[in-house]
Amino acid sequence: MDHVTWDEATASGIVNELKHLEGATLPILHALQEMFGYVDKRAVPLIADALNVSKAEIFGAITFYHDFREAPAGRRVVKICRAEACQSMGCEDLVAHMEKEHGVVVDTTSKDGQLTVETVYCLGNCALGPAALIDNVLVGRVDTELLDAICKNRPHDRMQG
Amino acid sequence: MSTSPIQIYVPRDAAALSVGADRVAKAIADEAKKRDIAVTVIRNGSRGMLWLEPLVEVVTANGRMAYGPVQPKDVPSLFDAKFYEGGQHALSHGRTEDIPFFKNQERLTFARVGVIDPLSLDDYIAHGGFSGLKNALGMTPADIVQMVSESGLRGRGGAGFPTGIKWKTVLNTEADQKYIVCNADEGDSGTFADRMLMEGDPFTLIEGMIIAGLAVGATKGYVYLRSEYPNAHKIFGEAIQLAKKAGWLGSSVNSSGHAFDLEVRLGAGAYICGEETSLLESLEGKRAIVRAKPPLPAIKGLFGKPTVINNVMSLATVPWILAHGAKAYADYGMGRSRGTLPIQLAGNIRRGGLIEKAFGVTLKDIIEIYGGGTASGRPFRAVQVGGPLGAYFPESLLDTPLDYEAFAAKKGMLGHGGIVVFDDRVNLAKQARFAFEFCAKESCGKCTPCRIGAVRGKETMDQVIAGQSDKLALIQDLCTLMTDASLCAMGGLTPIPVISAMDNFPEDFTPATRMAAE
Repeated sequence: MDHVTWDEATASGIVNELKHLEGATLPILHALQEMFGYVDKRAVPLIADALNVSKAEIFGAITFYHDFREAPAGRRVVKICRAEACQSMGCEDLVAHMEKEHGVVVDTTSKDGQLTVETVYCLGNCALGPAALIDNVLVGRVDTELLDAICKNRPHDRMQG
Repeated sequence: MSTSPIQIYVPRDAAALSVGADRVAKAIADEAKKRDIAVTVIRNGSRGMLWLEPLVEVVTANGRMAYGPVQPKDVPSLFDAKFYEGGQHALSHGRTEDIPFFKNQERLTFARVGVIDPLSLDDYIAHGGFSGLKNALGMTPADIVQMVSESGLRGRGGAGFPTGIKWKTVLNTEADQKYIVCNADEGDSGTFADRMLMEGDPFTLIEGMIIAGLAVGATKGYVYLRSEYPNAHKIFGEAIQLAKKAGWLGSSVNSSGHAFDLEVRLGAGAYICGEETSLLESLEGKRAIVRAKPPLPAIKGLFGKPTVINNVMSLATVPWILAHGAKAYADYGMGRSRGTLPIQLAGNIRRGGLIEKAFGVTLKDIIEIYGGGTASGRPFRAVQVGGPLGAYFPESLLDTPLDYEAFAAKKGMLGHGGIVVFDDRVNLAKQARFAFEFCAKESCGKCTPCRIGAVRGKETMDQVIAGQSDKLALIQDLCTLMTDASLCAMGGLTPIPVISAMDNFPEDFTPATRMAAE
């Protein structure tokens, strides 16, 4: 997913466009993250001023929710479901496989910044597990072959949705 | 000779897409072009037979014929077999509606899901859409609330609170502004009914929310949707735009003079937001910290205003009740669980999917007759019903009927109707540990029993797993404390999976037998 680098004017534009909403904090944070790939610290005072709340409240919201990043993710983002239904279909074996075969540790970003792998709890694809969200595309019946392709940055037809 | 194009349905439901439905739709369109056969590919919701996805349906004089699971490589042979005329193929299943899994259901809430094009208002109306709303527009608010009360509808989010009572409280609370909030933060593992409905028949939810607005005097609605559902977000967002354009939403709903507007808000990956007061905090733009009750949201809810907050399934069932009457709905079900339950069969199961049945069907029938046993082919060992806060049941409890009270009597809960099956490789001590770990990660942190208890529970379970089974007494104590003293269901119900695992699978908690098994 392509993101632009942090730019205060663009960020202010987003904040101003959404600040009229009731309970605007989450829509603003989502929009900033969609634009920049993360929520930069420098956005906190901008949002706080626009919504007339304290910086602590905005910082508190950013840190409460798992979705919001304080630093950019890797070029590719894989979210692996590790909730009960996917556990019953062996998602933990997949997690172990990635670490053993590729040195990819879940909930970290690779040193070259290419790949972020994260834990997620439930993607609503519980009858076709194990499930993963690969660059925001849902994939069911994930297997080691698909994960191998991702870790080695090889194309795989199942990544295209 | 008919020259109109052949209608072929390929789902756009997220589960179908996750196993290649888009690629199949494209392959069919390309192959038809190559062979000069006129086809129209319609992207429907899923019929809920998820093991058959992508399930392709062809409209014939004999009804819709099913083929699945179809992969792009199967498409040329399907054309060779003239599937577009209903021809036989290795992937044929005959008429979709005759497939036993589908045939033996009572589809009320899901009547249109998988049948219609989810973004066609004409299709929606042709299949009975908006008839509930039209009836509601001719009724007084009190009569609408009365009808919902008489139907026996209970909250499908998990708590099973009577929907009519909630609505009545909001109706009778005076305020300049009231809200309808739909809880679409479907975070329980093993559940996907809300997602399937929002992707397969979004106008039903819109209609249900408008009716709720009429019933209590609310003019504004929010759908709080989890961010893990990008496909539902897209489809439901488009549905709202279409409904606005056609005048079903806005300053005068279908020229009735009643205003109702609707907005979708995305969650941000916090399980706790499925708890209603924490969801309201999140909608207000804050950290999703649970509120103490009272005051009830029905009296002081979103922005301090009276608020109906209901699950997707509850709101999406309302149009059916308004269209067919309270008694028609209450005629389904057993005991105090009236109507139908959209059951989600998931995990290690051969035939997983969505089964809408009247309350009262047994767990055994769902797992064995509908599900056909485990996906792995290994022996069944355990089932967790009701999400991560639900109980683990062994084979001996499979005769429990799906009914709120029957589950409570067996120290379990029905929750949002999710059923997750495990084969004999599951270790229940590890599952109990996971229940604590999940609670520790997802606790909002407001109350101590949940915030600290979950962490201590996980640590203590680690000791049990390492062989110190004398620590089980500590777990029991901790669970009693969490049950009694937690502020909300997160900390209060985390003991359910833990205790049920200990009670029903004691052999997994004693080192000697476990080591012998390994």
